Amino acid sequence: MLANMTANGTIQERAHDIVEEFGLFDDWMGKYEYLIEIGQALSPLDSRYKTKAYRIHGCQAQVWIRPEMKNGLVFYEGDSDALITKGLVALLVRVLSGQPPQEIVEADLEFLDRIGMKDHLSSTRRNGLASMVKQLKLFALAHTGSA
Amino acid sequence: MNATGAIQDPVPGKFDPAEVRSLFPALEREVYGKPLVYLDNAASSQKPQAVIDRLVRYYSSEHSNVHRGVHFLSREATDAYEAARKRAAAFVNAPSEPEVLYTRGTTEGINLVASSFGPLHVGKDDVVLVSHMEHHSNIVPWQMLCEAQGARVQAIPVSDTGEIVYEEFERLLAERVRLLAIGHVSNALGTVNPLKRMIRHAHDLGVPVVVDGAQAAPHMKVDVQELDCDFYAFSSHKMFGPTGIGILYGKAEHLETMPPWQGGGDMIETVTFEKTTYNEPPHKFEAGTPNIADVLGFASAIDFLEGVGQNRVAAYERDLLAYATERLSEIEGVRLIGTATDKASVLSFLIGDIHPYDAGTILDRLGIAVRTGHHCTQPLMRRFGIPGTVRASFALYNTFDEADALVAGVRRVKEMLG
Ligand SMILES: Cc1ncc(COP(=O)(O)O)c(C=O)c1O
Repeated sequence: MLANMTANGTIQERAHDIVEEFGLFDDWMGKYEYLIEIGQALSPLDSRYKTKAYRIHGCQAQVWIRPEMKNGLVFYEGDSDALITKGLVALLVRVLSGQPPQEIVEADLEFLDRIGMKDHLSSTRRNGLASMVKQLKLFALAHTGSA
Repeated sequence: MNATGAIQDPVPGKFDPAEVRSLFPALEREVYGKPLVYLDNAASSQKPQAVIDRLVRYYSSEHSNVHRGVHFLSREATDAYEAARKRAAAFVNAPSEPEVLYTRGTTEGINLVASSFGPLHVGKDDVVLVSHMEHHSNIVPWQMLCEAQGARVQAIPVSDTGEIVYEEFERLLAERVRLLAIGHVSNALGTVNPLKRMIRHAHDLGVPVVVDGAQAAPHMKVDVQELDCDFYAFSSHKMFGPTGIGILYGKAEHLETMPPWQGGGDMIETVTFEKTTYNEPPHKFEAGTPNIADVLGFASAIDFLEGVGQNRVAAYERDLLAYATERLSEIEGVRLIGTATDKASVLSFLIGDIHPYDAGTILDRLGIAVRTGHHCTQPLMRRFGIPGTVRASFALYNTFDEADALVAGVRRVKEMLG
């Protein structure tokens, strides 16, 4: 059931696909099981990148995200030691990786709300989804104009 | 109505958690369409209606500043405020009321001792002894003191079961220890420390003892005279009272010699630009307009807890914890962190190699409120080599059905994440 994680398409299109996939589950348990599955399928970040430099703070679980510029596009890899958090990382990577920096900076991530994961954006959850988004965007912002 | 103006709720003759539960409106809530199972009591407990009503009544008709006015309302507020102190003193069996200071909570109480009493006792190259299982609130203030004084903090090791290694404690005491700061009950493990014995040992060597009682007060009768501790700090919000208020008990002999902590109104006797003289304890340590409303709410919480009967509460919670521990242990892969012989309220655990955060998130969706993470005890988590735990912590209103709900929830977590 797991969709192709390196889908093409714009941020909007990729987010739309995710919303459709999650729409197949009508209760929270199905959605979380799917999120966990997505997390498990994310290829692990090479352990040499699991360092302070790539660590996202504000998370109860450990989260690492490694951004990279290639041919004017931003590519992200990420990982977490908690599976639900890793699922969220995978969703962000799937939507944002390989996109132009300006698009990433302007991306509206309301799809998280539509798949029932909006709770995770609240700062009190301490899973740092909000800090992850911020870090992803900051890196992209630093590279706007270089595209 | 009693001296603090609290209206007594009808308290059942025999301890019945269902009846006690009905006094707590928040426990009727649903989350995600499921009945709330509130097992985060070590972080903060819910409030009975009597406490809520007390706050409303105070602000509705009794509010005025204390220790100031000649007028009726101020006198009434002052009387209720000081009657609450009497109530709090009796609650921990303090020998006298001036030995009971109002604080914002445990953290402020410990900081007060570290700032005011600390420098009188701890000098260069001295040692402040704590345990490896302390809450950050009972570590960091001592580190700050030691940094200022050129002293150091030493930690008593904790065994694999989560108990003080007593021989190590005795060995460490023989160093230049000038102060022992120790928790009564561990918030992360539930361990009840052998305080009486430790305090006796410390006193034999002339070492004063500060007790962090945050996790003990809601679960057992505290008697500062029997313990013979020098200081005892606790928080109202963990024992069914309002947030923002707590008690620091201190022996009169210390409070008299300690310098004031903060300056301002109420803590002075006379002020001149040449020389200000200070008020007597407890007022010497209570500068500014105090938290009057929450003091009164706190007194209501004490009335509630004593009304239910602390020994009955302790007995009930012991059975509940034993039941939950047994049921949870039946689940394959569950590892309890903290298996001391003497425990209160806390069930800290890991489920296989499932991250506590994942477990907590799924339990939350099932309506079960637990805490996950390091519980403000990072050195202890490092000691066990774990990132944190899932912690269920019980209070008098939790039921055996809720323990079953937790166990079923943990099984569900295993299915989804195991
Ligand atoms: C053992 C222990 N000590 C100290 C504290 C701090 O209490 P407060 O935040 O009420 O000051 C807590 C509360 O989490 C605790 O559990």
